[in-house]
Amino acid sequence: MTLSITRTRTGLAAAAAVALLIGACAPGSDNDDDASSAPSAGDAATDPSELGDVTLTVWDQEVREGQTEQIEALNAAFEEQYPNITIDRVSRSTDDLRTTLRLALSGDDAPDVVQANNGRPEMGQYVASGLLTPLDGYAEAYGWFDRFPESVRALASYSEDGATFGDGDLYGLPQMGEIVGLYYNKTKLDALGLEPPQTTDDFVAVLQAAQAAGEVPIQFGNSEPWAGIHEFGFIQNQFSDAETIRNLGFGRPGSSWTSEDNVAAADATREWVDAGYFVDGFNGVNYDSAWQAFAQGTGVFFVGGTWLVADLTSAMGDTVGFVLPPAGASGQHLVTGGVSIPWAIPANSDAKEAAAAYIDFITNSEAMTALTEAGNLPVIEADQQTTTGLQSEVFAAWAQAGEEDLLVPYLDYATETFYDTLTVAVQNLMAGQSDTQQFLDTLETEYSAATGS
Amino acid sequence: MALAAGRGPGEPRRVAYLYILPALLVFGLFVLVPLARTAQFSLYEWNGLGAASWAGLENYRAVFTEPQLRGAFVHALVLVVFYAVIPVTLGLLLAAAMSRAVLRGMGFFRVVLFLPQVIPMVVVAIAWRQIYEPNGPLNDVLRFVGLDALARPWLGDYTWALPSVGIVGTWVGTGLCLVLFLAGMSRVPRELYEAARLDGAGPFREFRAITLPSLRGELAVALTLTVIAALKTFDLVYVMTSGGPGTETTVPSYQVYNNAFLLGRVGTATALAVVLTLLLFVATVAINRVGERGQR
Repeated sequence: MTLSITRTRTGLAAAAAVALLIGACAPGSDNDDDASSAPSAGDAATDPSELGDVTLTVWDQEVREGQTEQIEALNAAFEEQYPNITIDRVSRSTDDLRTTLRLALSGDDAPDVVQANNGRPEMGQYVASGLLTPLDGYAEAYGWFDRFPESVRALASYSEDGATFGDGDLYGLPQMGEIVGLYYNKTKLDALGLEPPQTTDDFVAVLQAAQAAGEVPIQFGNSEPWAGIHEFGFIQNQFSDAETIRNLGFGRPGSSWTSEDNVAAADATREWVDAGYFVDGFNGVNYDSAWQAFAQGTGVFFVGGTWLVADLTSAMGDTVGFVLPPAGASGQHLVTGGVSIPWAIPANSDAKEAAAAYIDFITNSEAMTALTEAGNLPVIEADQQTTTGLQSEVFAAWAQAGEEDLLVPYLDYATETFYDTLTVAVQNLMAGQSDTQQFLDTLETEYSAATGS
Repeated sequence: MALAAGRGPGEPRRVAYLYILPALLVFGLFVLVPLARTAQFSLYEWNGLGAASWAGLENYRAVFTEPQLRGAFVHALVLVVFYAVIPVTLGLLLAAAMSRAVLRGMGFFRVVLFLPQVIPMVVVAIAWRQIYEPNGPLNDVLRFVGLDALARPWLGDYTWALPSVGIVGTWVGTGLCLVLFLAGMSRVPRELYEAARLDGAGPFREFRAITLPSLRGELAVALTLTVIAALKTFDLVYVMTSGGPGTETTVPSYQVYNNAFLLGRVGTATALAVVLTLLLFVATVAINRVGERGQR
């Protein structure tokens, strides 16, 4: 018995020592809140060559083929033009960047330029915690307000407290555009004797014809559940108007998930599943398997983002096409999308002016050409680039979306936890585990709690 | 044990502590301090970035009341059946069978059955994800033998997703249990079995009276390892299902990751981690108590 008592005592002493070691400081309490000193237009120096020797630490997620190509080219060009600035590039996959950025931003030794996802769970939280630099001063100095249309800037704008998304100060600039449209197999559509669908009625007609001909109408893989956000968004875009979807997506008050148009969208989703328009067992298929199956000829349609252009072009050549989602009740080809992950300047950066110059450099006209050549969709000036094949169809769709103001946000932008809620809800809806009403109620509960409407 | 309590031989205690100091420092720095920090975070509401606010036991209340988080623990318990109970049972049966019959190429079978243990879990997960695909090998085989009705998108099926993940755990764990038990059985003197047979014991009596009691130690080890593996599963779920379909396959570790890194709910995540740690601790102690009791 004596033995076990001594042991316990030692254990207690150790625990006490550990507790002392940690001290009483609450997590996050050592952050200095005054870090976000915004420059005004007057004092922002726009000539990087006068900044002296600077090492610019850049954290990016440009790791896919076309992305690496463009950013490496631009980095080299930047260093050549400004020999006094050295770029220290740290590249990670999107997921890895996301999980490490939190700690990096709140540390004193923060990177100078980072790619921060513009949704509420990331950029919104960073802004609320004062970890990003508002760029409005630089934007005036460099003319970013003219370079980027308001619709693009809104996707990286927040109020100072991070509560309002889509309005307020500018916190980042994107390089690329991104839309989730409808890829179709030209060979199969020709064999059916049909044209790419312009309206929802057309679309359903093609789906029925494809099914009758023994084809898989829509290829789809939802085992990585974010694909469901795109699939449901694609359907919702045909039933709800832009204002509704933007309110819901940005988490702004004024709309409702349980409105008639959203009920119609959810009902249509169920009906299309029941009718067998989606590939069998889609909840057990992963995203890559799905688009690869589409590329190999299983499926007439695939709802996917422009990030697949390079892959699908090399797999399918001229036999793949891309159109905006069909127009439904609203009469518009609304399309989910926005911008690639914006480039932002951490509040704790010690080279903000060089960082701003860098962001200016990788988003100017020459940069847009460079990234087009690497197979990407530039966020601005897409109409001034020369492209062929699938890329030109995607560029045309992007241009049309811009001209006609068709862009609607990803639905998971809405709240900090909406990604989780929505992915689970869509899987449940499409698997028949919940009905339309339950699906919409789940989303409405979280939306109205967050917006207070 | 008794010696250590009194004034034992060798150097005095204080010097002994000096010997373990380096290891203790490393252990403290990388295990105890993070553990204590985790426990501390679990009492705050914190998004990992800004200032934290005191939450008391609110996060723990969430762990036990939020259906998604509570569900994760239920799923983990189901996985214990697949990761621990079935492999140990299978391992025992196989070991008993293998020890009775002298088998040619015994070493080969042992290696094959143990192989899943040495493959990285992520590779295992990717391989099985493909096996389970709607048009994957498993469904192909089922259709080939005419069992079309059974073919389904295993990982996308609300009833079958969790068992499908569990069976991978069984596949991985069985080899480990078997090898442990075979090693244990090789220590049992042949004479015991001969004596039992002379007394007229059948295979079943033999198993219950000799094999099982002499394997107590191995059983405890096997159960400890497999139960821990079951409760802290992350890689299989992360790669195979991301917790889906719906939330059918979420497990505590996955929710810790999800809440801390993706949702920015560090308080909830750490509370969950603390509960999971305690659960693991209790399970390990309980299993070893039972294992030790038999040896005295």
